[in-house]
Amino acid sequence: MAATAPTATVPAGSGYLDAASAEPLHPSGREALLTALHDGWADPARLHREGRRARLLLDQARESVAAELGARPDEVSFTSSGTQAVHLAVLGAVQARQSAARGPGHLVASAVEHSAVLNAADWLHRVSGTAVTLIGVDREGRADTAEFAAAVGRDRTLLACLQSANHEVGTVQPVAATAAECERARVPLLVDAGASAGRLPIPAGWALLAASARKWGGPAGVGVLAVRRATRWREPFPADDREGRRVPGFPNVPEILAAAASLSAMGRERAALDGALRALVARIRAAVPERVPDAVVYGDPADRLPHIVTFSCLYVDGEALVTELDRAGFSVSSGSACVADTRQPSHVLAAMGALTHGNVRVSLPRSASENAVTAFLAALPPIVARIRQTVAADTAGVTP
Amino acid sequence: MTQRQRRGTRPPSPARPEDAAGSAAAAGGPPPSLTLDALGRKCPIPIIMLADRIRDVAIGQVIEVLADDPAAKTDLPAWCALKSHEFVRAADLPVGWSFLVRRSY
Repeated sequence: MAATAPTATVPAGSGYLDAASAEPLHPSGREALLTALHDGWADPARLHREGRRARLLLDQARESVAAELGARPDEVSFTSSGTQAVHLAVLGAVQARQSAARGPGHLVASAVEHSAVLNAADWLHRVSGTAVTLIGVDREGRADTAEFAAAVGRDRTLLACLQSANHEVGTVQPVAATAAECERARVPLLVDAGASAGRLPIPAGWALLAASARKWGGPAGVGVLAVRRATRWREPFPADDREGRRVPGFPNVPEILAAAASLSAMGRERAALDGALRALVARIRAAVPERVPDAVVYGDPADRLPHIVTFSCLYVDGEALVTELDRAGFSVSSGSACVADTRQPSHVLAAMGALTHGNVRVSLPRSASENAVTAFLAALPPIVARIRQTVAADTAGVTP
Repeated sequence: MTQRQRRGTRPPSPARPEDAAGSAAAAGGPPPSLTLDALGRKCPIPIIMLADRIRDVAIGQVIEVLADDPAAKTDLPAWCALKSHEFVRAADLPVGWSFLVRRSY
């Protein structure tokens, strides 16, 4: 360890605190993956014995995931990612309800949706002129239900989109109330459950549902799209006969099976895991503002995801913070502009009116330990203090 | 420079007339007593400059920050809310924005 690195009391690997980006593969998923690599490699559309065996595994996975998500098996399709599931949900639902005679229509989404939703909405706007209304949020990131109700009541509203919970700050969204308004207005509701699937029960009231296996301890490269039987949906891209004609291409049966096994395991463990992770998150939420001057914790304190906690430290560069934490053995993500894929700061934090610089999102994997959190809370204050000193030195002379 | 005091104990000093570029006047809004040029500086630098200099204007007076980092559009108002200073307004400039902040205490 370099002399400049702070004391890292956290054992190698246990400082991984970015489960909201990717939860490590669940042991049940790993076991299922190895079995399925052996038994499920063939084309499940073929009628020979190898194909039938793959088909059987795929059907089992579909039934299992459908049960966990509160869907019927024939409503569930597997995609290659959560993002692809969202794109197919948005484009397919809108195109099924668009008509040349009545114009390009209108789409409603909260301002804090995952970028997959916002990018699909923006694409529809550019390609077909669909109007897009983004619904504002309160200081905790919760969408305004009254504003949502007014927007879905607008003529020719084709689709409403609301996440189950926010992926950056953890606040649970008012899906039930919004679903009731959508039903009244006869507008289908897409619930992006990417952040919460496997962590919280799926809220009722969705017409379309999207999720990502990587977030619940399944492998990367598996997403889920569910479309209620009564919901109109039309394939937005060239289709083939796979996945109920909703997703083109050969499904990755082994990884889908692993995803299903991980989701079932998370469901079985949820009662025990939920309380343990909430206690650790509560500890971080209380300790950060106590130990770090000028730090602000974001997101609803109670009505929230069990594993995510987000805060911003004034006068600190987010990239420096993530880099220094990584050197100390802690892997976190950040919504600060310099860390994001784009040069723009997090649209979630901006919509909340929250500080976008010095931002850290800690998200606890199922293996998160009390020790790792203790070590993180010990490492953070000196790192923030050191970065502030450096930035102050760099700024000196700018303000004479 | 190591320990730069940002919160509270820095003694007030008179506004420097050469800093008062007055670009806020053109955009409408109260005339600033002091203008800080943070154009080309990434957040959090514009916020740090503001925190360093807010006590250089009298209570009730307005300080202007010029910045072009998109994060400043969110972070200037967020800083004002956290520190209980009044965020007066943001106005577009040919490049970036002019932000007006009134010192509240």
